[in-house]
This record gives sequence, structure tokens and C-alpha cells, in this order.
Amino acid sequence: MSEQLKVKTMQEFMAEGKQPEILFWVGSAGSFDDRAKKISRAFVKLLNKANVDFAVLGTEESSTGDVAKRAGNEFLFQMQAIMNIELLNGYEIKRIVTCDPHSFNTLKNEYPGLGGNYDVVHHTQYLKELIDKGRLTITGEGYKGKRITFHDPCYLGRANSVFDPPRELLAKTNAELVEMKRHKKTALCCGAGGAQMFKEPEKGDMDVNVLRTKGALETNPNIIATGCPYCNTMMTDGIKAHEKEDSVTVLDVAEILANSQGL
Amino acid sequence: MEYLPNIIFAVALLAGIGFFARNVKKLARNIKLGKDVDVSDNKSQRWKNMARIALGQTKMVVRPIAGIMHVIVYVGFIIINIEVLEIILDGLLGTHRLFSPLGAVYDFLIGSFEILALMVIVAVVVFWIRRNIIRIQRFIKPEMKGWPKTDGNMILYIEFVLMLLFLTMNAADFQLQQLGAEHYHRAGAFPVGQFIVPLLDGLSEPSLIWVERTAWWLHILGILAFLNYLYYSKHLHILLAFPNTYYGRIKPQGQFNNLESVTKEVKLMMDPDADPYAAPVEDDTAEPEKFGASDVMDLNWVQLLSAYTCTECGRCTSECPANQTGKKLSPRKIMMDTRDRLEEVGKIMDANNGEFVSDGKQLLNDYITQEELWACTTCNACVEACPVSIDPLSIIVEMRRYLVMEQSAAPTELNNMMSNIENNGAPWPYNQMDRLNWVNE
Repeated sequence: MSEQLKVKTMQEFMAEGKQPEILFWVGSAGSFDDRAKKISRAFVKLLNKANVDFAVLGTEESSTGDVAKRAGNEFLFQMQAIMNIELLNGYEIKRIVTCDPHSFNTLKNEYPGLGGNYDVVHHTQYLKELIDKGRLTITGEGYKGKRITFHDPCYLGRANSVFDPPRELLAKTNAELVEMKRHKKTALCCGAGGAQMFKEPEKGDMDVNVLRTKGALETNPNIIATGCPYCNTMMTDGIKAHEKEDSVTVLDVAEILANSQGL
Repeated sequence: MEYLPNIIFAVALLAGIGFFARNVKKLARNIKLGKDVDVSDNKSQRWKNMARIALGQTKMVVRPIAGIMHVIVYVGFIIINIEVLEIILDGLLGTHRLFSPLGAVYDFLIGSFEILALMVIVAVVVFWIRRNIIRIQRFIKPEMKGWPKTDGNMILYIEFVLMLLFLTMNAADFQLQQLGAEHYHRAGAFPVGQFIVPLLDGLSEPSLIWVERTAWWLHILGILAFLNYLYYSKHLHILLAFPNTYYGRIKPQGQFNNLESVTKEVKLMMDPDADPYAAPVEDDTAEPEKFGASDVMDLNWVQLLSAYTCTECGRCTSECPANQTGKKLSPRKIMMDTRDRLEEVGKIMDANNGEFVSDGKQLLNDYITQEELWACTTCNACVEACPVSIDPLSIIVEMRRYLVMEQSAAPTELNNMMSNIENNGAPWPYNQMDRLNWVNE
């Protein structure tokens, strides 16, 4: 497709006898889902721009087991977790960044109890950090005059109290930020959590993502921003249900930043 | 005979407190049916949570109208209890307005109680209107039919009547004071009671004494009765909100517990040195630990305490994405079902000398359906909304664990997702060797 991304695996770092600054946990969605792959690419473009010496696990990465755990399969979750922890500890990983709030939550909160202790950050936190340290600069006014509303992913916001970094990043693009009625701690779920992403919803009178996008559309946005590949899918489908796909786009915060820099 | 009222009072008081103590014991026994859970950590944070959330009502005022009204009733309840102390002492000692030598302070206290009593009456009327006239959505959901509805209104009626009795008692007293009746010395200020006085106008002194005494007795007997009503009512929250906020979640909401029993088995399975044919070391007469929960005894005692703490306000349900989109799941119903089943188990134990004998029923399916459990998005909106730190999600997850690990009863699509993870390390059927393809696409 576009220009070559610079992505090195942990194996390559090992072969060179080096340690990366940070490990990028791509996650199953970021690796395989067509829409989420674009988010992974946008994030890597920013990492490359900031000259971050990062690694991925590549073919050694496996599901965190998060979705199995939410579905009730503690057995499968712990199998995955213990396998991943052996790999991560073997590579002496200290710091992990991920674009998926579900991986973020389980790596940060649930892996320590099984022997995996890492400093885990969400990509919006990490990008904020790069900007604060002066390693990444966001310039230009490509998003000036655009109305952006940020949808808080449950496992980033309510579950882990990360509310500000994504908003601060969006503010850097000079876009106009508008909040939905339900945001931050009281944000409404997109409908994908708790393994709902992988099954049909129970009988009801509406789908959760349709209700959530209704709330988002009430702010008259040009863009609905989010920080989760699953939220992204749900919001995109919700926009289609409201037949607004021509006027409203759903983008990850990393994509908005990358776009704003012409990456 | 002179001491007859004192004796009757003492007996009523003892009976009221004794019966309540018996119910508290039963409550404690039922809660202890839950599994043990370590909540001995972070004591200072826990005390802070209790002070902030239960004592300070911080989560109530997230919804300002209901919140402020609730604060009035709550403050009224606590402060007017100082008056109840005087009433109890008067009853036991045969005195009248024992604290009145406090003078101006006493006048101020009684005056404040009266104003609070009036505010409580107003709040209670507003609450009643919200439930019965405006019919706010969360009060008329399916789980609120029958007893829960009656219970909600009953509490409001009792509070209304108790406050009215208190004010009537004061008004009659005030009138008697002005008439210079014996024993009714000048004491107290009656900013609200004075407006009831005209209604008592023209009553003779004995009639006024009768009104004052009747109101006094009904008020205190009413309070004792209300105390004993708690156990049968959602109103238990006035006591249990305190321990429940203390023992409530202090970890990030996204952090689910890792089942230790599973860790043991997984570690054994993945240990290359483990001998698969070795005889189990443990006592093999012990029953293998059950994964997840199908009945109340499989939950932990904090979850059971929470079930009794729930006051059915429905804030959880009104924030629940599944419930908002017409699914059957209601986090409040999860808590009510847990409590009702626990009560049922308790009754079976009462009837069998404290032993539980299976009645062929359980929390799963007989109370909570699988359809409800699978509708949850684990978004934590219910946990966030609860004003007394109840975590309905933890019960849902325990029951999902039972369904998946003990019964293999997950929906087919989820079984497909899980076998994908088992086979190729992703919830979709993609080859693990293709994990890095996104870089070059």
C-alpha cells in the first residue's frame, strides 16, 4: 500500500542484543481486523515519526485472553495469560503500549496476579507523553473547524479512569471538541464489550451501538473519535444504521493525529 | 400502678430491640453462607470510601433532585434520632422532656427537629409523587411489581406518619404548655408545631393530654416497628450501606478477579515436569472446587451483603446499555434475585435446624435466566451508578463462569470464538503466522 513502515520484532531486537524502549502490543483486532489494522498502521507512523525504538511480538503474539475472561472462560484466559507472560518475561519486557483498551486493561490489571508485571499504557497516553517530551510535534490546522466528539471506551475510561489524554491529543489538532451528554464516567457502552462483539445481541428493541451513535449524532459532529478497535466497528455500524456514513466518519485518535500530520 | 407506663414502655422497647437483634443474627448467618473473600487490605482507603459514599452521600447527589431530597430524609433521620433518645429516656424514667434544662439549646434543637420533620414530609411526598404519579421509568420496571412496589410506598407512608405524629405531639404539648397544664412546663420551640395548634383549638386539657400521649406512644412504637420492618424490606440500606461501602470495590472497575482454583490447574497443565499420571496429592474425598456460581452459596459474602444492601433505586438499571435497549437484563434484578434466593435458602435452614436441604432450585435459571446473563456488556455502568458501591457485574461474571466452565453452555458464537483462541490465538479463524501481515498491507 503506502510507504514502508518500520516495524521490528522482539526476535530481531534479541538477535541484535538490544532492548526496545517499549513493546507495541498489537492485539488480535489490530493484527487481523481490516479496519483495526489501519489504526495499527497510523499509530506506527506516529511512532516512526517520533523515532521510537519499539518492538512487536509479531507471530509470537497471541490473544491476551481478555474476551475469553469476560465470556466466563477463566480457564482459557489464564492459559493465554500464562503463555504470554512466559514470553514477555523471557524477553524482559518492562513497558507495553497498546491501541486496544481491553488488552490494556487485562495486561495492566489482571496479568500482575499471574506473574506479569509491566508498565502498561494506552496509545493515547503514550502519544501524549511523546508530545510532552517534545519527541512528537503536532502542527497544522487540518482539523480546524471540524467538530469532533470523543466516545470513551468503557475499559479505558470508566474501568481505568483514563479520560484526559485522548481529549488532550484531539485538542492539539485545533478541532472543535464537543462532548456527548453521556461522557467520561457515565459514557454509554458501544455494545461490543463483555464478548458481545462475537455474538448476536439478545432480543430487545434496539442495538446498543445504534443508541450510542444516536447520542453521538446529537452533538452534530463531523468526526466521532474513539480509542478502541471494537468501539470503532460498533460506532461505524451505528452511523450506517442512522444513514449518516456520508457526513460523519469514525476515526481512532491515532488516525486523526497521523492524518493531521499528513502521514 | 404508678409505674405501669414505664413498665409497658420497657417491655415494648426490649421486645422491639430483641426481635430486631434476632433478625440481625439471621441476616449475619445468611451473609456468612457466602464464600470467604479477603477484604483486609487498604483499610484507610476503605474507611475513606465509607465516609465519602455512605456518610457523605457523594454518589447520591450525582442525580441532584433525588439526591438532595434523599440527603434531607437522611439528615432528618439521623438528627431526629437525638430526639428519640430523649423519648426513650422519658419513657423509661417517667419524665417529660428530660433534656429541657438545656434551655436555649433545647429550644434550638426541638425547633430544628421540627423544621427537619417538615422537610422530610415534603421530600417523602415528592418521592411518592415520583413513584406513583410521574411514574419515573426506573420505578416501574418489571422487577418492581408486587412486593417491591408496595415496600417502596410503605416506607414513605411510615416516614410520613412518624413525622406527623412527632409534630402533633409537639403541637399538643405546646398548647398544654400555654394552658399551664401540670407537668407540661415551658420547653422547646415549635416553629412548625405552632401551625397545627389551631387544629387543636377548643380541646379540653384532658383531651389535649390524650392527644399528646397518644402521639407520643404511637411515634415511639412506630419507630420500634419500623426498626423491625427493615429486615423484611429494601430499607435495610440505612444500616448496610455503611459496611457495604467499606467492603466495596477499591480496585479499578475493569479488574476482574483471577480464579485461584483455575490458576492451580493451569499451572499444573503447563508444567513440563508435572507427571500426568501422578495420583492427586490432595485428599480425594474432598469435593472438587466448583468454578463460578450457580447458587448464592457460590458467591462471596460481600456479594451477599450487597444483595441485602440494595435498596432497589434502579440507578444501575437505568444506566445499563442492555436494559436501555430493551433486553431482559436488569442489574437491579440480579441483586434482588440474589437476595430473594438467599432469603429462601435461609428459610429452608430455619425449617431444618440450621441445615440447608436442597429444594431443587438455584439462583441460576430459577431466578436469573441465561438470557439476562449473556446480555451484559461488562461496561461497569451499573457499578459506577450504584450509590452504595454494589457490584452487580461481579455476580453476572461468576454465573457466566459457571455456565462456561461447568456446563459448557455458552452461546454457539462464543464457543466458536473461544475455540479460535484455543486453536490459533485469536478470536477469529486467522493463522497466527499472519499476525504481522498488517505491516505490509
